[in-house]
Amino acid sequence: MKHIRKIAIIKILLLAFGMFAACNGAGNSAIIIAGSTSVQPYAEILAEEFERLYPDAGAAINIQGGGSAAGLMAAENGSAELGMSSRALKAEEAARLGYVVEIAKDGLAIIVHPDNPVFDLSLEEIRKIYTREITNWSELGGRDAQIHIIAREEGSGTRSAFEELVIGKGYEISPKAIVQASNGAVRMLVENDPNAIGFISLGLVNDQVKALRLDGVAATRENVINGTYCLYRHFLFAAIEEPTGVAKQFIDFILSSRGQELLIHEGLIPE
Amino acid sequence: MKKFKEKLSGLAFLVLALSSISVLLLITVFIVVQGASSIGREGLLNFVFGMKWAPSQDIYGIFPMIVGTLSVTLGAAIVGVPIGLCTSIFLAEFAPPFLRNIFRPAIQLLAAIPSVVYGFVGILFVVPFIRNFLGGPGLSILAASIVLGVMILPTVISICEVSLLSLPRQYKEGALALGLTRWQSILHVQLPAAKSGIVAAIILGIGRAVGETMAVIMVVGNATAMPESILDSVRTLTTNIGIEMGYAFGEHQEALFATGIILFVMIMIINGLAQSVVRRKSK
Repeated sequence: MKHIRKIAIIKILLLAFGMFAACNGAGNSAIIIAGSTSVQPYAEILAEEFERLYPDAGAAINIQGGGSAAGLMAAENGSAELGMSSRALKAEEAARLGYVVEIAKDGLAIIVHPDNPVFDLSLEEIRKIYTREITNWSELGGRDAQIHIIAREEGSGTRSAFEELVIGKGYEISPKAIVQASNGAVRMLVENDPNAIGFISLGLVNDQVKALRLDGVAATRENVINGTYCLYRHFLFAAIEEPTGVAKQFIDFILSSRGQELLIHEGLIPE
Repeated sequence: MKKFKEKLSGLAFLVLALSSISVLLLITVFIVVQGASSIGREGLLNFVFGMKWAPSQDIYGIFPMIVGTLSVTLGAAIVGVPIGLCTSIFLAEFAPPFLRNIFRPAIQLLAAIPSVVYGFVGILFVVPFIRNFLGGPGLSILAASIVLGVMILPTVISICEVSLLSLPRQYKEGALALGLTRWQSILHVQLPAAKSGIVAAIILGIGRAVGETMAVIMVVGNATAMPESILDSVRTLTTNIGIEMGYAFGEHQEALFATGIILFVMIMIINGLAQSVVRRKSK
């Protein structure tokens, strides 16, 4: 009786080890792409389509988030084949990553509630709102109400793009700004608060919010392409050196017309 | 042989018991190791009393968040404790058995609701209510206090009720026999006698409020500035870690672990207080 129990325990242990080993084995044939959570959803769609089109590519593509900085670091130290970034590389990152490819552009929309009478602001005015030099909508021709500014958290690629494009050096987003951890959360707040202002990816703007014009230029994909709407950032893939094998095949797919079409369909802007 | 087996089984249980404590030890060591260098770099006083949190400029000060944590927690206690205490008095003294049988499982269910659901309800109902009727962005100390006040109810109610029910019957019977009304007996005899249990309940409820993260992230707004009114958005220590950990690395990540150390110390103090109150009662 006792022996049977012992054998059972040993069997269970063996089974557990076996499963562990099996998992490891499967992990080896996947390439890892990590980084910006802004790029992540698009990369996932691309990977899905890639695996559907090339079922015999020989490796699964494993997309992970973590943020631009973490992704680039993972690419540097080899724990990921490719790093995704939603901001330009810093000098020290660029020095270590020999291969950078732009896969698409993403517009940045400044959004307010649809009922807000304000529809057109200058970059200067947006900066003043976020640094709280302007705190009331009436100063901008709107209702007499406090402006509720909504920003993203430190480390977010969307936030650093906004800081770079709108806030500029020497200024900073007021610590009074409400901080939300995702594009979706920012959009939901703006949908529900008539006095709020926020910034999200252009591709994620819907009917529930209003994207502001910038010096008279509407926030549309066309205006990003023709260069009149200046709030956009590049989505990048980076690696230590020119990738080979499945990683290269995947990048070729993204830059192909099929890949770019997919990205356009999802609201991004082709390179 | 038998003795040996006895000893062996004792040892096995000891090892298992140690493993649960060692987790605590591991967590403590891990947080301290990860966060100490940040505190060392900033200086404890600069870190704890620093007014500005700007990781992109390598400035790490968490005083507004400590104030945020304290104000949200105090608010939760103001909302939750009176309701919880009254509910427990009702359950222990007034409720007929059939009502008690409905209330108790319902309150336990309250504790089983995931905190993200509380946050969701908060953002759907509490936040718009505050925004429309009291002003401000709605995401505020007040919203977090209300949500947390409800979340600490199960803790407060169950411990208060137990401490009221565990009083010797003679207290109440004596009081009633001396001609006190039921309410006078509760107010002047039973509540004072159960005081330490009630205090422990409040402290444990506060401990829960200090540590809560997800629901608070959703309703508190997470602004890093010092709050000026209860309608202002603040950031608590837990939400600071929760909202920024995803992207943080290097010094920023260490600073978040350092935030964890401060939070850990706060919760240790609170739990220590609760323990000492309970112990004083049992003496």
